[in-house]
Amino acid sequence: MEYSILLQELKNKFENSILSVDETADIFTVIVASEAVKEMITFLKEQQNFIFLTDLCGIHYPEQEKELGVIYHLHNLVANKRIRLKTFVTKVNPQVDSIVSVFSGANWMERETFDFYGIDFVGHPNLIRILNVEYMDYFPMRKEYPLEDATRSDKDDRFFGR
Amino acid sequence: MSEKDKYTVVEAPEGYSAPGFFATTLDKAVGLARKNSLWPLPFATSCCGIEFMATMGAHYDLGRFGAERLSFSPRQADLLMVMGTIAKKMAPVLQQVYEQMAEPRWVIAVGACAASGGVFDTYSVLQGIDKVVPVDVYVPGCPPRPEQIIDGFMKIQELVGNEPLRRRYSPEYKQMLESYGIKIDR
Amino acid sequence: MKTINSEHHLDLTNEDEKVYSTLNLGPTHPATHGIFQNVLTMNGETIVSAEQTIGYIHRAFEKIAERRPYYQITTLTDRLNYCSSPLNNIGWHLAVEKLLGVETNKRIDYMRIIVMELARISDHLICNSVIGVDSGALTGFVYLFQEREKIYEIYEELCGARLTTNLGVVGGFDRDFSPLAIQKIRDLMKGLPKVLHEFENLMLRNRIFMDRTIDVGAISADRALNYGFTGPCLRAAGIDYDVRVQEPYSSYNDFDFIVPIGQNGDTYDRFCVRQTELWESIKLVTNALDNLPEGRFNTEVSAFFMPPKEDVYSKMEPLISHFIMVMGEIDVPTKEIYKAVEGANGELGFYVVADGGRAPYRLHFRRPGFIYYQAFPEMITGASLSDAILTMSSMNVIAGELDA
Repeated sequence: MEYSILLQELKNKFENSILSVDETADIFTVIVASEAVKEMITFLKEQQNFIFLTDLCGIHYPEQEKELGVIYHLHNLVANKRIRLKTFVTKVNPQVDSIVSVFSGANWMERETFDFYGIDFVGHPNLIRILNVEYMDYFPMRKEYPLEDATRSDKDDRFFGR
Repeated sequence: MSEKDKYTVVEAPEGYSAPGFFATTLDKAVGLARKNSLWPLPFATSCCGIEFMATMGAHYDLGRFGAERLSFSPRQADLLMVMGTIAKKMAPVLQQVYEQMAEPRWVIAVGACAASGGVFDTYSVLQGIDKVVPVDVYVPGCPPRPEQIIDGFMKIQELVGNEPLRRRYSPEYKQMLESYGIKIDR
Repeated sequence: MKTINSEHHLDLTNEDEKVYSTLNLGPTHPATHGIFQNVLTMNGETIVSAEQTIGYIHRAFEKIAERRPYYQITTLTDRLNYCSSPLNNIGWHLAVEKLLGVETNKRIDYMRIIVMELARISDHLICNSVIGVDSGALTGFVYLFQEREKIYEIYEELCGARLTTNLGVVGGFDRDFSPLAIQKIRDLMKGLPKVLHEFENLMLRNRIFMDRTIDVGAISADRALNYGFTGPCLRAAGIDYDVRVQEPYSSYNDFDFIVPIGQNGDTYDRFCVRQTELWESIKLVTNALDNLPEGRFNTEVSAFFMPPKEDVYSKMEPLISHFIMVMGEIDVPTKEIYKAVEGANGELGFYVVADGGRAPYRLHFRRPGFIYYQAFPEMITGASLSDAILTMSSMNVIAGELDA
């Protein structure tokens, strides 16, 4: 399975949704529009043998117009090839289709991405926080929030170099 | 005789002895019994829990101090050994477990994370369990060696052996528990 | 004697009205190895469904990693799967080396194989003995834990710490294997087979153990792939996916080892797969130690290689590079990489987005335990509570890896 043939097939099917392709990165990377992600992943799983979802995570680039991103790593176990899909959404409208119906393993990974970045996965069966406390009202991995607890009173910032 | 030198027994407390009897104060006798038969509750959350498993193993053997019988039920435990990071999500659970323990109860914070939050000065980690429960002994280390855990345990034994009997009924103790928000059901 | 037909007289089975009870398992529970909660809905003794809550030990590793230079993140990786810390450390160093484009020589690779396989042995020893403890057999645990003490002594000789080892540096190791360390590794490899045989005599063909673990917590291969299983749990279901074979790193392709697979994906298969991997790891360590080539024990990676102290005190460039490194000005290329190693639980992946600064812009750990623990409710539906406990302990769920 060659990446050039795969790219051609992807372009045939999803020509408007592929925003850019990076063939020089360590893994063949495709940046996709957020509306077409679920369809593309279903196509890759069913037609192209990418039957394994390795990873799903989020990322935040504050200086871009579409700040929040979701990054998928898929793996074709038969041909031993990986592919990385990226999609970006805005902060005011962070909707991405959930791929839980395609890969059951995406359930907790999407919950974790929601917990950290606030990305709303449409169609997820149970999109609530998974790692943080339920009453937390902000999304901690976004770049504007600090690492330390904002409410702590015992540590003096002067001694910790902050 | 030489047979007595083959094994050591626990030292007797101070008292007056004569043929046929040994007189000491009640709190010393009770303290002696308590300190050599502490039943720990291993509240192991992370890496320090694995070092505790090594301490309970045959090489370091916490059982020879009388702590052979681990109690996972708080009602039957004397010593709450908190080993590992306590996140903010876990803090109410820890406080609930502490409340369920019957008096007299002691708490040992094993590891840097339990003592002060450790390496993890983050939004999700409780910076020391003494924010939610009163702690008697802190054992530093990341993770502490089994010898250090045993050292902390021996310090607890010192505290247990010297504790006055009416301490748990004193108003200062009640006030301290109230400052943590721990319910006292007396 | 009048025989009582219990179903008739006592109405124990009543198919029409199912009265479900809720049982809370955790977060503090002796049988869960780590703190996570399962709220089980039970119909008598049978589990109908399970709802999981994790995050009780969430320590925000990924957020911390955005503030720490690359060499300080090694201490975070220790605490992911803390039963096999050196594996995580070396995996992280391999990821940074992939980012920087650094090649290591054969000696470093073989030394890394020895350390990683020792970590794998250490983790599988805990997992298999704890499966025994949860089924009531405590003897195996005590025997195998004594061997883990020997592995801890080896770690101490190599890096100074027992559990959270922070072993190695980017580009290799900071000190060579001392003769005492090599002697200890050889002694352990000679002594471990005897202890493993004793353990297997106790457990492997034990009627009670087999009855308790065969067909318990089974998962089929395609469900496992759909969930993203990796590691011994996937191999027990019949798929031979091992990162050491698919994407060889650190000269694993120089060695010949079996990747064991099971048939049913049940608890007994997971136990047997781990047991076989123990034997394979012993072979790997012995082979690597016998064929250890000569060479340097670290690579000169410009931003991470601390020059020897004699040079720092006497020459100019080592002084400058030492200063730059300690003060934290590191130059890394601006790119993103994904590097996977075969952890003790499966594919441990590091997704690093570097922006050229001293700390990664984004670091994501692909934690195998987090991903396959999602399948737990599916695996225990219809089973009894004791089966659920055994399934959980055979999956080797480590809380540090779940929550990060």
